[in-house]
Amino acid sequence: MVKTKVKFCGVEFKNPTVLASGVLGVTAASLRRVVENGAGGVTTKSIWLNPHEGHRNPTMFGTEHYFMNAVGLPDGGIEKAKEVFAEYDALEKAAGGSGSRAAGSRGRVAPLIASIVSGKAYEFAKIATEAAKLRPDIIEINISCPNVEDEFGTPFACSATSAAAVVKAVKDALKDEKFKIPVIVKLSPNVPSIASIASACAEAGVDGFCAINTVGPGMAIDLKLKRPILTNRVGGVSGPAIKPVAVKCVNDIYRITRLPVIGTGGVMTGEDAIEMMMAGATLVGVGTMVYYRGVEGFGLIVDEMKEWCEKNGVKDLNEIVGCVK
Amino acid sequence: MQNLNTKLDLKPKNLSAGKSFDSKQNVLPAEKKLDSRPKVLPIKKIVKETENIWTFVFDYSEFNHLGERSKPGQFVMLWIPGVDEKPFSIAYDDGREFWLTIAKVGHATEQLFKLKAGDLVGVRGPFGTWYEFESGEHLALLAGGYGAAPMYNVARAALEVGCTVEFIVGARSKNLLLYEGRVKELAKKYNGRKGGTRGGAVGGGRGGVGGGLGGGAIFYHAATDDGSAGYKGYNTEVLAKILNGKLGGGVVGGAGGKIDRVFACGPEIMMKKAAEMAVKKRKKCQVSLERYMKCGFGVCGQCCMDDSGICVCKNGPVYDGAAALKLREFGRYHRDGVGRRVVR
Repeated sequence: MVKTKVKFCGVEFKNPTVLASGVLGVTAASLRRVVENGAGGVTTKSIWLNPHEGHRNPTMFGTEHYFMNAVGLPDGGIEKAKEVFAEYDALEKAAGGSGSRAAGSRGRVAPLIASIVSGKAYEFAKIATEAAKLRPDIIEINISCPNVEDEFGTPFACSATSAAAVVKAVKDALKDEKFKIPVIVKLSPNVPSIASIASACAEAGVDGFCAINTVGPGMAIDLKLKRPILTNRVGGVSGPAIKPVAVKCVNDIYRITRLPVIGTGGVMTGEDAIEMMMAGATLVGVGTMVYYRGVEGFGLIVDEMKEWCEKNGVKDLNEIVGCVK
Repeated sequence: MQNLNTKLDLKPKNLSAGKSFDSKQNVLPAEKKLDSRPKVLPIKKIVKETENIWTFVFDYSEFNHLGERSKPGQFVMLWIPGVDEKPFSIAYDDGREFWLTIAKVGHATEQLFKLKAGDLVGVRGPFGTWYEFESGEHLALLAGGYGAAPMYNVARAALEVGCTVEFIVGARSKNLLLYEGRVKELAKKYNGRKGGTRGGAVGGGRGGVGGGLGGGAIFYHAATDDGSAGYKGYNTEVLAKILNGKLGGGVVGGAGGKIDRVFACGPEIMMKKAAEMAVKKRKKCQVSLERYMKCGFGVCGQCCMDDSGICVCKNGPVYDGAAALKLREFGRYHRDGVGRRVVR
């Protein structure tokens, strides 16, 4: 029996697969369904302080090799998020839920990560404070979504000083919380040196990382209309094509900071997840996979990871984290 | 279970949902469905049903890269270039043409109604689950308002495999009864054929269902709130009478005899009532769920329903009636474009 339990910033996950932010994360019922299909943990869709409209359709499409989106981070604000958290816990309780309890946290069987977003650096502290009241197992700061660039300029994640400033603001805002919630930051690959961004965030006190957000942004043109397909004209690229970029970024971040990473980007199969862990990821973020394999894919990935381990003499998934030479 | 009209490829798989919301049968092979970029094609023809309800006709020959004919109950995402992209049920699909019957109700459809034949739009799909039935069955189709169009698609497909159809349509008044002419044309084409039921509007007696003897038949029952046509009252009342086998009280015609399945498409309150009736009478039932959609293919999570978290676009829209009754939000609330609950 391969051991799949991992601990991330003190939070225990029954297996390393985590639903990435932006996929099936609008409602508690949807998040629970992902858990029931085998995910170790789940991340909410990014939460704004106040309700925020997204972009008009078309906002998403996929091809065999890549996926693109410019959804625009629609969200019902912190008030709606309160409902999501309450319902998630109620549904988890109703489901019985046996298994290990995460140490020092709410004790959820499947940890719930709150992704938070804001257009202004100073507002991050406010949204973080509000989000902390929801008692998430982890707070993930989304400073890397490319789909709000036109409104706010370059994402914070593209500047080491901006990224570090946001991390510091959030850590400061939460420092008096008696309930310690780990804070991770989701980084963008669209930078000359992700290692320097990560390094600055580490110095600012971040507890870990999620990497990567989408690549690009990219553009796709419809030939007949001579028009971009996405209403936002550009959109983040995800899916199979970006896995090499993600693996490299995860490895860079891991080598320079040695902090825990949720390795995300192009993971479709168990072997992809193993590869991500070898690069330095403790957890593996999975999102666009749902387009290719359905929500059932979470369980399939975990099975495939176990199968790989059995075939290769690995008894515990923790053995392979960062083992790449 | 064997629905054997191979010409139409309507082989029912295990009935969607009900048992498990993750039933794999509704996930089509990945290779076929991986390219979800819109297919841009011209509007072939526009048929104005009423001033504010138009049918947009498209030609399949423009659509060759999909190569997949839709099944009754499925929907497409229609891209109005430069405006928006919204889901619409397919009202008709014979492999040569497909139709979308659309009501002008908001910003996107207002812009759509400014287009004319020859203008380009984008189509993605078909997406979602479909109504499932077997050849020769006796079906009760309950259509409310705009639901008449996709129910027409079901009726047409069902007749081709020898089913007998009670087409029960409800609207506020006579001028809002959609597709009446088309349904009556189906009746002319099918009713009274050799081996079929004793046809015509007055209908056969009990046990008169053709069922697999080569004929199907369709009976049109209208219900209007104001009584301007057909039965004065709700179409669910007509359904009740037909399920009970107690015609009269303004309800006439029909094939008589046992109903095998109830299909409903229209306002959620109506579908809830139909599902409750079907469950009580132990009839198989499918309804067509509708929720605010964004991606249309099961990724964004915008259309997920409480408490099971099923995606209307992937595990629906056609969904087992009994299972729908178990969804906490069915008939009670829905969500807006940013995921907040809106009570009906």
